[in-house]
Amino acid sequence: MISVYYFGSISLILIGLYAVLVKRNVLKMLIGISIMETGVNLLLISIGYVSGKSAPILSEGIGPSQAVDPIPQALVLTAIVIGVATTAMALSVAVILYEKYGTLNVEEIRRLRG
Amino acid sequence: MNGIALIEYLIVGIMVISAILAVEWKDLLAAAVGMAAVSLFASLLFFMLQAPDVAMTEAAIGAALSAAIFIFAIKRTQRFETEEDEKPGWWVRW
Repeated sequence: MISVYYFGSISLILIGLYAVLVKRNVLKMLIGISIMETGVNLLLISIGYVSGKSAPILSEGIGPSQAVDPIPQALVLTAIVIGVATTAMALSVAVILYEKYGTLNVEEIRRLRG
Repeated sequence: MNGIALIEYLIVGIMVISAILAVEWKDLLAAAVGMAAVSLFASLLFFMLQAPDVAMTEAAIGAALSAAIFIFAIKRTQRFETEEDEKPGWWVRW
């Protein structure tokens, strides 16, 4: 039952990699990078999941022995913030590229650079 | 197969289909909406994997903030991909 998460997250990573390798538009490549990092976060969370246990929040009937692994969740919480900061910086670089060259096609930009 | 597993299969299937559509659409605004849908279904999966804090962060950042900054970037550049037929042997020129 856990294998559907592995299938979905690895599919997201491969779809993002396809978009980065094949597409010519810069914004489409950045959408591919965003999908890829969503897939990596989902893969990390699904590795730490133990079937039948509850969230790692210490409350009334929940002790440390009935909780899933909390370490990948802290790790993914950091990775999400790093991902959105990287995406924002890359989008500002893409806007500057469009103002300088007038196009978003990577082949056009490579040819115009001379 | 019980109900929870059926819902998991359904959400993973919709998430993969919306990722494929987000990559393949020529309209970049629609592609940003597809990317926000991928983040939304991923946050539902995070909630089903017993990680509610990651689900809240993914819903706030992935589905709202990331799509918003993509829309701002599309507003300052062009909306549609340039229609260019896929010539055979494009990898030779790279």
